[in-house]
Amino acid sequence: MSIIEVNNLTKFYGKSRGIVDVSFSEDEGEIFGFIGPNGAGKSTTIRLLLSLIHPTSGSAKIFGKDVTTHGPEIRRDIGYLPSEVYYYEGMKVKDLLKYSASFFEGDCTQRIKELSEIMELEQNRRISDLSYGNKKKVGIVQGLLHSPKLLFLDEPTAGLDPLMQRKFFDLIRKENARGVTVFFSSHILGEVQRLCTRVGIIREGKIAEISDIRSLQQNNYKKFHVTAEGLNPASFDLPGITNLQTEDSTVNFFFKGDINAVLQKISGVQVTDLIIEEPTLEEIFMHYYE
Amino acid sequence: MSINIYRHEFLARLKSVITWSIALVAIIVFYFSIFPSFADQAALLNETMSKFPPALLAAFGLNRVDLSTVLGFYSLVFLFAQLCLAIQAGNYGFGLVSVEENELTADFLLSKPVSRVQTLNSKLLAAFSCLIITNLVVWLTSFVSIELFRSGRTYSAHSLILLLLTIAIFQLFFLSLGLVISLLVKRVRSVTPYALGLAFGMYVLSAFSGLEGVSYLESITAFKHFDPNYIIVHVAWNTPLVLLNVLVILVSLAASYWLYVRRDIPAVS
Repeated sequence: MSIIEVNNLTKFYGKSRGIVDVSFSEDEGEIFGFIGPNGAGKSTTIRLLLSLIHPTSGSAKIFGKDVTTHGPEIRRDIGYLPSEVYYYEGMKVKDLLKYSASFFEGDCTQRIKELSEIMELEQNRRISDLSYGNKKKVGIVQGLLHSPKLLFLDEPTAGLDPLMQRKFFDLIRKENARGVTVFFSSHILGEVQRLCTRVGIIREGKIAEISDIRSLQQNNYKKFHVTAEGLNPASFDLPGITNLQTEDSTVNFFFKGDINAVLQKISGVQVTDLIIEEPTLEEIFMHYYE
Repeated sequence: MSINIYRHEFLARLKSVITWSIALVAIIVFYFSIFPSFADQAALLNETMSKFPPALLAAFGLNRVDLSTVLGFYSLVFLFAQLCLAIQAGNYGFGLVSVEENELTADFLLSKPVSRVQTLNSKLLAAFSCLIITNLVVWLTSFVSIELFRSGRTYSAHSLILLLLTIAIFQLFFLSLGLVISLLVKRVRSVTPYALGLAFGMYVLSAFSGLEGVSYLESITAFKHFDPNYIIVHVAWNTPLVLLNVLVILVSLAASYWLYVRRDIPAVS
């Protein structure tokens, strides 16, 4: 069953472009990655789905209900972590969380306690005294405290240290295992790869590609940097190799295809250094736009 | 209406309500405390006043009042109170939804399972409850300070009540007008300048409307709709102007709901 269903969704802010003709769907229990550079329209899409803003044309459904007409009902089962977290500065953490919980049915006290413990969030501090990372933790707890069925994460890891990022990812995985559907927006390919099963790539307001994370990686270049004495660049003339460049004793190239073919080539020489890199997001975009 | 939003909004304004109430108590008590000495020298005062150009007196609304009577003097004090009440109500009106957008907490609130109409209902009711508190403080302070300083002079409680009854509508006017303006402009960066501008602007218009040839100005300023002089002198409201005021309130509120439901909440940038 489709949890999110977006059809030709378009948003213009006056004359400036938000998103154009965006369509995709997300199934129950999926973790859908939504990647694209800043200003591509990731946040616009999420804000449309939460009906914080209204579409210029097109429509979107969540849980089978139209977002513009059934907003409040839909939001009962949605958790949202915005990219920039801002809360009522004068409030204490626990009061803010209590206020947040008061919008939902049922008692969230126990869950607030559990989540705060996981995220190491202090309850008695004032929001205004919190660092950016700590505010982000408040955001995580308030986005999850009512056990939503669908989670919107808009660049959630910014401001979290690596340890917290890991805890956060574990938390999201645990939620997902309980059946929670996750919509994960990010401009960092690595974290999307770690978490998501399927991705949509958005660029300049339009969907460039929607694919399985595995096929996205397989269809993509890897960047090789091979350093060895007396290396002959010509020997790397394999099918799938592009952008071959030599720099002193280092050969750099992009490769797409079965990685074993290259490794066999390399194993024939005495290598001093070898780096295999994921392409950056920008490079993937270049790939899609070539 | 959502009780938790109401509670949150009410508590957020409580400090401001207390501050405004204290200020109003101070203004009313202080100004009215000089009434006895004014009244004692009434003859001298009225003689001095008659030497001022009529246009100037009209501009300050002093042409029709007798400052030696309790309510004549009180109407002058009430004008100052009105100015404060206008700024306070305007402040709440302009800030009702714009503060949330400026401090970027709108995302938090509006991603919760409440409709925009419910949100605005709760916010308006909370702000109006706060204004009612200030209103009651003005009522109480007015009666107390008149009793303290009238030094045996009589006054018509009926006229005073008529005057005090206008406060609620007067506040609602600035609350709803502030709200609708804040929704019409793209972004209200700071609430106070808007509130001061609206209140003082209307006050100045009201002063000018006393002059010959520009009396049409009185139809657009709330200070004239609820002109204390008029109410004291006529022992009645200026019904057409009050109705006009109520009409402006209703239109502002209807427009506010219409705009707010359709509003795009600006993202953090």
